[in-house]
Formats: sequence, structure tokens, C-alpha cells
Amino acid sequence: MGKAITEKILSDHSEQKDFKPGDIIDVKVDFLLTNDISGPVAVQEFEKMGDGELFDNNRVAIVLDHFTPNKDVVSANVSKTMRDFAKSKGITHFYDAGYGIEHVILPQDGMVKSGDLVIGGDSHTTTYGALGAFSTGVGSTDVAGIMALGTTWLRVPEQMKFVLKGKPDKWINGKDIIVYIISKIGTDGALGKSMEITGDGVKYFDMDSRFTICNMGIEAGALNCIFNFDEITEIYEKNAGVSNYKIYKSDEDAEYDYVMEINLEELQPMVAAPHMPSNGRPVTELSDVNIDQVVIGSCTNGRIGDLRTAAQVVKGKKVSPNVRALLIPGSREVYLMALREGLIEIFTESGFTVCSPSCGPCFGGHLGILGRGERCVSTTNRNFVGRMGDKSSEVYLASPAVAAATAITGKITSPTEVA
Amino acid sequence: MIYRGKAIKYGDNINTDVILPGQYLNLTDERDLAAHCMEGIDSDFVNKVEKGDIIVGGSNFGCGSSREHAPIAIKASGVSCIIAKSFATIFYRNAINIGVPAVECPDAIDEINEGDILEVDIEKGTVKNITLGKSYNATVYPKSIQNLINVGGLVNYVKSIRGVN
Ligand code: SF4
Repeated sequence: MGKAITEKILSDHSEQKDFKPGDIIDVKVDFLLTNDISGPVAVQEFEKMGDGELFDNNRVAIVLDHFTPNKDVVSANVSKTMRDFAKSKGITHFYDAGYGIEHVILPQDGMVKSGDLVIGGDSHTTTYGALGAFSTGVGSTDVAGIMALGTTWLRVPEQMKFVLKGKPDKWINGKDIIVYIISKIGTDGALGKSMEITGDGVKYFDMDSRFTICNMGIEAGALNCIFNFDEITEIYEKNAGVSNYKIYKSDEDAEYDYVMEINLEELQPMVAAPHMPSNGRPVTELSDVNIDQVVIGSCTNGRIGDLRTAAQVVKGKKVSPNVRALLIPGSREVYLMALREGLIEIFTESGFTVCSPSCGPCFGGHLGILGRGERCVSTTNRNFVGRMGDKSSEVYLASPAVAAATAITGKITSPTEVA
Repeated sequence: MIYRGKAIKYGDNINTDVILPGQYLNLTDERDLAAHCMEGIDSDFVNKVEKGDIIVGGSNFGCGSSREHAPIAIKASGVSCIIAKSFATIFYRNAINIGVPAVECPDAIDEINEGDILEVDIEKGTVKNITLGKSYNATVYPKSIQNLINVGGLVNYVKSIRGVN
């Protein structure tokens, strides 16, 4: 019997070879990530764990991206704790305010690569599955434990397969796929399981769209979300300057507990209405909803491909006077590319405010917090109660194309109506 | 280990954003975190919670972000353990790592009323609803996880592997 890609990667990182779903196995970690949220508690717990030695100072990244540039004294002190820790431990992959959002920069800079087993102190660590890597999120104490040992335990996931078929419309983004899937299986539809995205249709999705899909696998409760390595992955790794990656693909006869087929020809742009990522509906069903703010950015949709699509929609048009439109490039590199390609000019001319790379309002941190009853269309990944501000505010999750079209009209809008 | 306390009950998909809203994530002191526990869903929680209480959730309890601030806030509020139909993976790990048992007991949940007195035996894998006089089977932890709990969480576990006290 064949094996699925996730099982192969886990097997190559564990001494236990004969495992089945539900078993607890110990795995070797290739790369560990933490930030200014999970980091401070991790540092505190790490200090309690004994000798103070890191398992490997070249395989830990610390990214200050959530409350940065620091919004207040408390956040500034948190950042300082992490900066001092990185210095004292000689951590080579330390990224201070403005460098970018963790899940954008780790693949972009080739810190994580195809075939790796990556653990991060952030739930959206599932993002790197797009590279054909195993990646998942943990909390602070687990981060501390891995900093010390370089290993951790995992519960072996059951395998789910999502098969993309046919050719999508030009405005369809990875966001539409994942919101559609979550609307079908629910926020616990993949609880503790592995989601594999496969089928002929994957060739229509570039790496930026694949990162978006894997990023939101956690919104269905998945342990990890993964694509098989293909030509698109290969080109991405080449451009990121990575050569020592490992190629993994599922066997034809691998077994899955669940298989779902998605017909891309019929898929419309999707919007997840408040207050669950599983409330996905075709954009046309929500077309009369008025919007106060639009956010384009985050680790879900803050990459250059996302900015190019959004710029195509807003070019030569003005943001509605009723909307505050925010563009937050996912990294300094993305910002620079957008600048060189003239996208920043397009956004600024149309009335967008361009912010420095950061998580910003995605989790209610800063830069665009919502007031009472306000509504936002956002390219981020969660629309829980109060996620972006006041408890009575609302977040609608959408692709960059839908967000851009909405910024222009002030109502939830399909890009076909504007572009 | 047996935990006894009164039930504070919530529904399905209780996410970590409502357990501990994002704006407080720059706090690290557990008392400060406890002061905002469950604020996104139940502003009365901090007034009604008593030492030893047991939080009861539906399915997918603790979904969303990996913030350990959520179980830390729950623990610092005095809650002794959490039972639910199912837990989100990261929350489950976090709770065990810091010493708040997270016990899956799908059969018990629907019949529990707010304020019922519950008794949870994690080694035997039972939940007793003392108020209703009923007993239910809960999921027993795998051996390696039970070991982690027995030594008092991940910090002590790592210390034991490294041979430090
Ligand atoms: S952009 Fe949002 S989801 Fe992504 S790491 Fe930052 S806060 Fe988390």
C-alpha cells in the first residue's frame, strides 16, 4: 500500500516507522519559528527548562511582526525581550519590525523549504505545506521545548484529499478554494487531520495562492495542509535561492479517509460572512452589504501576486468615500517589488493608505481597528467576534480581487463588476 | 488525579480570540490575563468563576490561534480542568503542557447544566455529574501524554530528559 506525502515526511523525521493515525510519535524538527506573541512566554518557559542551550541557533527564527512597529510601551518591552534573547543566544534568523510577516518571509527567504518538518509558535504555520513540507503550529511551551530539544511529539493525522478539477475563472484565487472547502466541511471538519490539495486543477494556482490555501487549513482544524511538489514548486524554490530541498509526492495508491472533488469551472469568488470562516457564500449572495473598511494584506493574502491582482482591479479608479482602504504588504521585499512595478502608486492614487509590513489589524493589534458596528472586508483569515476590534464589529473574509472591488464601490462586490 | 468543581458551560467552537482577545496579547503576567478571561463571549465569567470550577465546552473547544495566553488565563482564573466534546489540536497541547487537563467526554456534555457539580478522573477516564447522579466514559490519554501530565507538564519533562532539576 502506498503512502501519502504527509506520512512520508513524518516517517523520514521519526524513528518510529510503523505508525498509524492516532499514534503519538516523536519527530525531529528542521526549523522552528516564534514571534512577539508566542515568543515572550516561550522565552520565560525556556529559561525554566535548565541549561539555556538552544538545540541549534541557525534553525530558529524570531520574527517581530504582530505589534510592530511597537504601538505602546508594553509591546515595546515585549519586542525588547525578544531582541535581547536573540542576541544572547546568537540566533541568526532574527527579524525586527518592518521586515515582514513570518509566514511570508520564511518561504520567501528560503528559511523553510520543500520536504522540511517545520513547527511554529503560530497557528498559521500550516502555510508552508504549499512547498511540499510538513508544517504545523504549537503554543509557547511547546516552542520552548523544541528550542531545548529540537524534537517534539505529534499525533499521526488521518489523511484527507481535496481534488481540484477543471479550469477556474480568471479572478479565482486560492482564497476562494479554501473558503469554499471550509464552508463544506466546517471549522472542525479536518480536526487534527491532514489536508492534501491535489488534482489536475492545482496547476492553475501559483505558489502565492497555494500559501493562501495552506494558511487557512487551520481554520478547518487541520494539523497540516499540503501540496505535492511539482514544477511550480521547483521554480519557486529556485527563485528563493534554495537548492538542498527534498521532493515528496503521494503515491498513486495512497489511502485516504476522506476525498472531496472540487469543480473549478463552477466555483465563484467566495466571501466568509461573520463570525466564522466556515460561513462562506458566493460573493453575489452578499452584494448589498455596505462596508466601512477594506484591508488587503496579512500572511494569507499579502504577497506580490495578491497585490498585483488587487492593483489590476483598482487601477484608474477611486476608493469609495465611505471606505477606509488599507494596503499592508506582507514583507519589505513584497513592498519593494510593488514599488518597482508601480503598484504602490496605483494604490495610493486610488485612495488606499499603504502601511508598513506587519500583521496590523488582522488580529486586532493595531493599524485599522474597527469601531462599534463597523464592517470590514479583509483578505485575512479569521472573522471571529471582535477579531478586528469592537465586539459588535464584523469581518468578511475575501480574496484580494473581491476586497479591491469592494473598496471601489463601498459594497461587497465581485471583481467582474468593476474591472 | 480527580478534579471536582462546578460547571461553567459554553457552546461549540469556542475560539481563543473570545477566550482572550488579541488586544491583550502583549500582556504576560497571568493575573493580568485572568482579568480578561472569556471576555469576548462572557463578560460575567471573571465574576462568577471560583477556584476548582470546570469549564464545559462543545466541539472544537479552543479553535483558532495558538496563543497560550488563552489556557494560561483559564488556569490563572482558578479553573481546574476543561471538558469538551472535542478540542482544537493546539489548544489541547497547550493545556496539557501548562497543567490544565483537557478531557474529551462527548457523552457527558449535552446533559450538563451550568452550575452542576462534576467530578473528573483523568486516569480512569470518567466524568461524573454529581448533581444528576450520572457517570460517563471519557477518553483516556495515550501513555506518553499521561507521562507528561504525571511529571507536571512539559517544562519538567524537558528537565528530566536533560537530567537537570
Ligand atoms: S497576519 Fe494575522 S493570521 Fe497572519 S500571523 Fe499575523 S496575526 Fe496571525
